[in-house]
Amino acid sequence: MKTKDTTLFPKEQVLFAIKHSFIKLNPKVLYRNPVMFTVEIGTAIMLYVTIYSAISHDKTQGSFGYNLAIFFILLFTVLFANFAEAIAEARGKAQADSLRKTREETEAKLITSNKRGFEVTTVKTFSSKLKKGDVFLCEAGDTIPTDGEIIEGLATIDESAITGESAPVIRESGGDKSSVTGGTKVLSDCIKVQMTTSPGESFLDKMIALVEGASRQKTPNEIALTILLAGFTLIFVIVCVTLYPFAQYANTPITIAAFISLFVCLIPTTIGGLLSAIGIAGMDRALRANVITKSGKAVETAGDIDVLLLDKTGTITIGNRKATFFYPSNGIDEKRFIEACALSSLADETPEGKSIIELAGKEATKNLSLEGATLIKFTAETRSSGVNLKDGKVLRKGAFDAIRKLSEQAGNKFPTETAQRVTIISSNGGTPLVVSENDKVLGVIELQDIIKPGIFERFERLRKMGVKTVMVTGDNPLTAKYIAEKAGVDDFIAEAKPEDKMNYIRKEQQSGKLVAMMGDGTNDAPALAQADVGVAMNSGTQAAKEAGNMVDLDNDPTKLIEIVEIGKQLLMTRGTLTTFSIANDVAKYFAIVPALFITSIPALQAMNIMRLHSPETAILSAVIFNALIIPALIPLALRGVAYKPIGASALLRRNLFIYGLGGVLVPFVGIKLIDLVVSLIV
Amino acid sequence: MYLNIIGSVLILVMGISLAIPVARLMKKTYSHERNFMDFILPLENFIFKICRIDPGIEMNWKQYLLTLMLIQVYWFVFGFVILLIQGHLFFNPAQVPDMEWTLALNSVISFLTSTNLQHYSGETGATYLSQLSVFLFLQFVSAATSLCAGVAIVRGLRSNSIQGLGNFYSDFVRSCTRVLLPLCLLAAVIFILNGMPMTFKGPSEIVTLQGDTTHVALGPVAGMIPIKELGSNGGGFYGANCAHPFENPNFITFVLHIIIVFLLPVAFVIFIGLYLNRRKFSRMLFVVMLAGFLLCLIPIVLSEIAGNNHIAALGINQTLGNMEGKEVRYGSYYSSFYSTVNMIIPAGTVTGMHDSYMPLSSIGMLMAMQVDAFFGGLGTGWINMFIYLIIAVFLATLMIGRTPELLGRKISIKEVQIAVIVSILSFAIPIILTAIACFTNLHYPGGNEKLGWLSNTGPHGFTTMFYEYVSSMAGNGSEFSGLGNNTPFWNLTTCIPMIMGRYIPIIGAFMIIGSYRKKLYVEPSFGTLKSDSTTLGLFLLSIILILSVLSMFIIFMLGPIAEYYL
Repeated sequence: MKTKDTTLFPKEQVLFAIKHSFIKLNPKVLYRNPVMFTVEIGTAIMLYVTIYSAISHDKTQGSFGYNLAIFFILLFTVLFANFAEAIAEARGKAQADSLRKTREETEAKLITSNKRGFEVTTVKTFSSKLKKGDVFLCEAGDTIPTDGEIIEGLATIDESAITGESAPVIRESGGDKSSVTGGTKVLSDCIKVQMTTSPGESFLDKMIALVEGASRQKTPNEIALTILLAGFTLIFVIVCVTLYPFAQYANTPITIAAFISLFVCLIPTTIGGLLSAIGIAGMDRALRANVITKSGKAVETAGDIDVLLLDKTGTITIGNRKATFFYPSNGIDEKRFIEACALSSLADETPEGKSIIELAGKEATKNLSLEGATLIKFTAETRSSGVNLKDGKVLRKGAFDAIRKLSEQAGNKFPTETAQRVTIISSNGGTPLVVSENDKVLGVIELQDIIKPGIFERFERLRKMGVKTVMVTGDNPLTAKYIAEKAGVDDFIAEAKPEDKMNYIRKEQQSGKLVAMMGDGTNDAPALAQADVGVAMNSGTQAAKEAGNMVDLDNDPTKLIEIVEIGKQLLMTRGTLTTFSIANDVAKYFAIVPALFITSIPALQAMNIMRLHSPETAILSAVIFNALIIPALIPLALRGVAYKPIGASALLRRNLFIYGLGGVLVPFVGIKLIDLVVSLIV
Repeated sequence: MYLNIIGSVLILVMGISLAIPVARLMKKTYSHERNFMDFILPLENFIFKICRIDPGIEMNWKQYLLTLMLIQVYWFVFGFVILLIQGHLFFNPAQVPDMEWTLALNSVISFLTSTNLQHYSGETGATYLSQLSVFLFLQFVSAATSLCAGVAIVRGLRSNSIQGLGNFYSDFVRSCTRVLLPLCLLAAVIFILNGMPMTFKGPSEIVTLQGDTTHVALGPVAGMIPIKELGSNGGGFYGANCAHPFENPNFITFVLHIIIVFLLPVAFVIFIGLYLNRRKFSRMLFVVMLAGFLLCLIPIVLSEIAGNNHIAALGINQTLGNMEGKEVRYGSYYSSFYSTVNMIIPAGTVTGMHDSYMPLSSIGMLMAMQVDAFFGGLGTGWINMFIYLIIAVFLATLMIGRTPELLGRKISIKEVQIAVIVSILSFAIPIILTAIACFTNLHYPGGNEKLGWLSNTGPHGFTTMFYEYVSSMAGNGSEFSGLGNNTPFWNLTTCIPMIMGRYIPIIGAFMIIGSYRKKLYVEPSFGTLKSDSTTLGLFLLSIILILSVLSMFIIFMLGPIAEYYL
């Protein structure tokens, strides 16, 4: 699945695309693209003119060779546009096929029940025969036949087929880790799974249909752009039709070939030909980032979000708190303190305990032993844990007030410098763990949330994109504020309850903002559904996956940043290529229009500013340029225009300079060069 | 030369400085704040009372638009009937006959739409009653109408959530009583003091030095001229328009003419900033409009003062510039300056013959009229700019990877669709009609000789025909001369662009605002493309220029450019 191939045009995809370029010539298919459809009509007319000039002796429509050349160039213009769409589809299809491999027929052990509802036997059947609500059994070594929810049992599962991650994951019934995906493999144990979606309606099925273009609906922006392009096409239809009486008035005969060439050059064929390819490529890029989207609109919306909700744990910070520092009290040897800390944590299986051992280091822990010691477990009542060693030492570690109570009950004074340290740690967003030996305070361990490396930069990047980041955490407001500042998020929701997320999203949406969030748990589902872009983790519950409009196969909470960029790239590619396409028209006008009238108004030679060889070569060069620019831009359409978070105005200036000014200048050079070549041949 | 430049810059600066207090007055007028004009309140209330209008009712976009459109129908019927039977009515000392119906239709539509094409000649074609009750009246109400439409669109851009766009009747009456009337009165007094006639007497009979008796047309001229300029109308009292010494007695009136032509369109842009409390937005619009204004103005003036090289080749001195068809009193510099200002602001008053301008000058004139948004007409210039702005914002935001938004609200398919349709029509209609005219001219039995349309054939004649339609479409109303346009064909076909050019942008803009206001207002963030940024302004200007060049390239090539190289 993780096929991050860098070649844009693998051979088999190109062959597929070439084949489909011809299939797409069918007018019934092509009419959905008004720009290219009109080019096809022009091509058909040129075919007629070519045949006419071949069989008749009427030379008013130009020579047979010239007409034939125009006909082929126009045909190739349509084919190139079809190719662009087809190659994008081929890439999507290649992605989909690798997904579909996981969907192949697998054996399923269907559990049948008798009339009273007792399970009796398992029947071997095939995954395609399963229906929604069926329960099946998966044992070690089985491939899970379809998406579902574990209703009984626990298993380790290899999900590498979907996520590319080789480490197995644990899935169990109940809770937030209960969903399994078809195509993944059970490595150990045995689970009962209930099928939760109807066949053909699972997430992957939807995605496959989407990238293959079968069920792809145009997004609102795409529709608006199509309208704009249709508008341009209409204006140029009028310009070309009215050219006929104008030319008559100016006493200039104009050949049909020239009419059609002018028309095809003027209408925005470049963007018209690449528009659907850009859309498909956008979803394809999302899929390459291992994100499955339910619709193209979701990707586009992602490019436009204003607010991003992120869970603190696992997203901004690394899983759990970690010990970061030992602070012995005055008069306590640091080495002795560290040993005590390590001893009290040796048997502690919690991540915090492990991190203390880690921080103490191998040097300090290698000689320690808990032989004959009694372990004291953490309880909510004592709020501390520890060990009673066989030499009689009593080690305790726990919350500040719990240990203070212990030491004060024993008549020991709590060291003031340690008390101060505790306050400092708390106000820095950390958690202090006080350690005592025989009810005498030894010192304090600082536990901190570790902010993921690089996360600050990523939030900075988001801020430059205009996205506000919001951290959601169960911590108290003080701690939350500290981490929020340190990680660089713009806002936070502290002591968050599930409904808080929902309320926050609603509040932002009411002020017109677009909100994205990531979530995995069932209790996230309503918020995922409410958010404009809800990204569910693949490891999350089925409910969460159904509620969101994207699923991240990598379970990477920072993936949203990539999705936002993909969405922006999608919109930008459309916008810049449209501008480029329209700007091109200036040069094409200067190539064709003087050529049309030069015979009757020789003075217009002065307007032939490119000094093109002859009227015929001028028209041919313009049409050839118009055709060639489409394949030349396919790589850009598929890869997308690079997004730089430099602020709206700066970005607009940059793109205007490259695609607007470039769009005016490039065709002057291109047409002149083509003309030099063409004039050698003719 | 330098004196001329300083003089024209001074005129522009004076006009713009005067526009600032006018904009403040407009802001107070339309936001119903207390101001010094409140003394007129009893009169307004009296008007509302006898018309049984409640000016406090908020109208939504549909109600506002419907009221605005319905009232046009009444005015049309009223004006049409009077022109048809004017010869039989009172106030007709010059014994002017009834108007022919196609001419009457054309005239009433042209005044209703602020175009003032004037296929008739004021002295011999219209009675004093028609001049006052139809032409002067329509000049006032059409100016007030476009002002209201512009104001309503500005209201639609407010960031609050009020759905209404104000009350048409209230806006309309206030536009007349507080903006147009006071300014007109002021201007009229200055005009009269400088010798402009204001009388109901018939033509005065004068015995010339040669001993012939001649009739000099008089009339209530000074009453009509201020509104023709202030309201972007352009319908003069006399056929020769501002080249007639009674319409333009001396240099002071000449300067005043120019200033009041662009006073209100400029004030309107400043008003947008004051009213919406978005000065940067209005500054952006102002700079774009001024840049476009100068882009049209400077080349024309330069090409006129350079003179005609064909005439220079004959050994005739051209140091005064191209003086053919110019107002001799003001020379080629000020004449072309005056004319171009009147091309850009579609008042379309003339002080020379535009077909005698250099061929390349007509490119600038056609551009200025076709765009009609470089300040443009009173209210309508802003509406046209608003349509361009929607398209520019749509493309610009797409180029930076955001979905389009303007001043805090999203732009959806519907808005883009309407904006595209409106601009297609405004570019396509003059071209299509010119094609029909070319075709008719060529294929009519006997051709041009029989029709007698064009005094010049070839590229010049081509420009003449296209100019007539663009001028109608833009609500400009000036003519290129050399076109026999008082014929049923021209009287009727120019009605189409006049009606379309006037009402389609207004209807379109109202529909856009209707859909736009339903969206939520969102405060801008770092990633938002600010609607007042310089870059957007630059993009807007380029979009306008590229769109007009792309749609008119062939016309320019076959008309002005071909003529230039002939």
